[in-house]
Amino acid sequence: MVKITIDDLAKIREKTEKTMNIREGAGRAKIIVHMGTCGIAAGAREVLSAVMNEVEQKNLKDVIVTTSGCAGLCSKEPMLTVEVAKETAPVKYIEISPSKVKKIIEEHIQNGHIVKEYALAIGSETTR
Amino acid sequence: MAYRVYLMVCAGTGCVANHSLKVKEALEKEITKRNLAREISVVTTGCNGFCAVGPIMVVQPDGIFYQLLKPSDVTLLVEEHFVKGRPVQKLMYKPSTKEPPVPKMSDINFFKKQMLVALRNRGLIDPEKIDEYIARGGYLAIAKALTEMSPEQIIDEIKKSGLRGRGGGGFPTGIKWETCKRIPSNIRYVICNADEGDPGAFMDRSIIESDPHAVIEGMLIGAKAIGSSQGYIYIRNEYPIALERLQIALGQAREYGLLGENILGSDFNFDIKVTRGAGAFVCGESTALMASVEGKPGEPRAKYIHTVEKGLFEQPTVLNNVETWANVPQIILKGWKWFTSIGTGDVTDNPWNGSKGTKVFSLTGKVVNTGLIEVPMGITLREIVYDIGGGIPGSKKLKTVQTGGPSGGFIPETMLDIPVDFDELTKVGSMMGSGGMIVADEDNCIVDMAKYFLTFTQEESCGKCVPCREGTKRMLDILEKITIGQGTEEDLVLLEELANMVVESSLCALGGSAPNPVLTSLKYFRSEYETHVKEKKCPAHACRQLNTYKIDEKICVEIGHGCDLCRKSCPDYAIMGEPKKAHQIDQIKCHKCGVCYDVCNFKAIYVE
Repeated sequence: MVKITIDDLAKIREKTEKTMNIREGAGRAKIIVHMGTCGIAAGAREVLSAVMNEVEQKNLKDVIVTTSGCAGLCSKEPMLTVEVAKETAPVKYIEISPSKVKKIIEEHIQNGHIVKEYALAIGSETTR
Repeated sequence: MAYRVYLMVCAGTGCVANHSLKVKEALEKEITKRNLAREISVVTTGCNGFCAVGPIMVVQPDGIFYQLLKPSDVTLLVEEHFVKGRPVQKLMYKPSTKEPPVPKMSDINFFKKQMLVALRNRGLIDPEKIDEYIARGGYLAIAKALTEMSPEQIIDEIKKSGLRGRGGGGFPTGIKWETCKRIPSNIRYVICNADEGDPGAFMDRSIIESDPHAVIEGMLIGAKAIGSSQGYIYIRNEYPIALERLQIALGQAREYGLLGENILGSDFNFDIKVTRGAGAFVCGESTALMASVEGKPGEPRAKYIHTVEKGLFEQPTVLNNVETWANVPQIILKGWKWFTSIGTGDVTDNPWNGSKGTKVFSLTGKVVNTGLIEVPMGITLREIVYDIGGGIPGSKKLKTVQTGGPSGGFIPETMLDIPVDFDELTKVGSMMGSGGMIVADEDNCIVDMAKYFLTFTQEESCGKCVPCREGTKRMLDILEKITIGQGTEEDLVLLEELANMVVESSLCALGGSAPNPVLTSLKYFRSEYETHVKEKKCPAHACRQLNTYKIDEKICVEIGHGCDLCRKSCPDYAIMGEPKKAHQIDQIKCHKCGVCYDVCNFKAIYVE
């Protein structure tokens, strides 16, 4: 291997930035795919793959993709919850298909506009 | 493609001993089986610190903390958490049986009060991958030191930061470097002391296991500052994982040209050799360590000429401990002002005036959450024991906290509110040491513990000077007498006199500090010694020779129905009785082994 320079250090850091953000849980935005039995039956698995592909393609280094259980509204699955760090409350999207994923990521995550036609509500149920 | 989930499996020595690598294998197998290998990555990390509940795994990005994992838990875990998105509660940490589980690592009390500087990468990177260290800002500090700073500026930065030696002595690192640089010579050496020998201490091992490059980078900066081109790491051979990761890290650094000639395109050359130690405690002492590196017997010498002047191979040498080196890159990167914002005292004019930064401790003994912790200087012992450590198990009463390992001292319960820093601990007769912290409760006998530590130092005494070799031996004889009920009041006087003599006349710090456990226990727990000597009793019932075992006949018959277990277990045939009837102990035959006390299920046997 060739000896590295100071610029190479920066390159390695950039290359691994995404990995480190995920490990530190330090993203700007978080997309949560609800993967309860109801969600999986309704196609949450495909939605998750679509989300991951989209994030990868757009090279969004500060977006974390994660999963959680059934959101309770089984008739509206597959569902997504989007949390953007600067916004006050998370947004829940219902009846998601892979084709809707692209729009949500472009509009909400990249441009900061909530996609109202897919959204159920702003906010999340409180626990305890 | 970046992964969606990272499973950070702890591969520190403690977790590996509890089969964390088998858990990792099972995880990888299950993930492949479920076709999730593209989305989920399993990463092995260094010691997470919460060794009491290992094997540990942290799931990122959500920070979910799983404990006490077994390979058999893996199928359920993958199905529930990674397929269905439901974290598994039964594998999470529970503060007590009555409280609900705590899912997130950051919400667990053990981690809340900690502050990570030397261990900043623990659990976040794979220590065997240099790119991950670089990803977290690694080798930026040496880049800064090479391009933007003169050696004088580096030394000045370290001096102003107030960094003091983490190996125990607490000598200001900047002053050490400055003194060494001032000695005229063409050859200088830097050494990393990784010969951690205190029983129950594993700070340095864990730092190397979780972040070996931080130590290497620290040494690079030190070498640049004093003008050295050769470094040594002295590490004990009984740390196989640390040694292996260190070798891997050195190899990777060489491949990248971060060790060798013209580092990062500059005119700076430096390389590091690893010397393995055979595990003698005295080789942690600077002059003995250097003798050992040179291939001579590991014995200390008198230090009228300091090692910064004539150290390894008679050349000016800077020797710092693992944790000290690991702090250096952060100080260079973030500046001395940041470092001085943590800790106690004011070091603006004089680094001796305070203790800055953090300290790593291995918290062990009678405490619920044992493990490796890093805390800001100035935190109280009470916070460490009760908030981080979770208190004493079984609602027992705390007796003492022993800091500084076999060279340190006992701190009584009444002094738990003193801030932990170099000078406060020294004031009460103990010391910071390299960071061992052992908690003892009312069931521990102070004489017995003092004897334990002295047995260790006595065995490890190299034998070069008489006060240490003979003095500790005689002290140990007296302690032995006391614990078997043959001690006299004159013995206590003699013990104290001997202890002071050993401290004053020993050649090196081993002898100079070996009597500390005895001196501090005599100072704070004298009444316990006196009970041993005058009444021939051990208040903690730990010195079994002083115990008289008796059977409460009422409990024996009414609750235990004369179960006869004690009679069958007694190796001396000293117990009389038959099933369903009360048993008695023949005090003449009894050798006080305590087996009957341990086996009785009805607590019918008591100590008088």
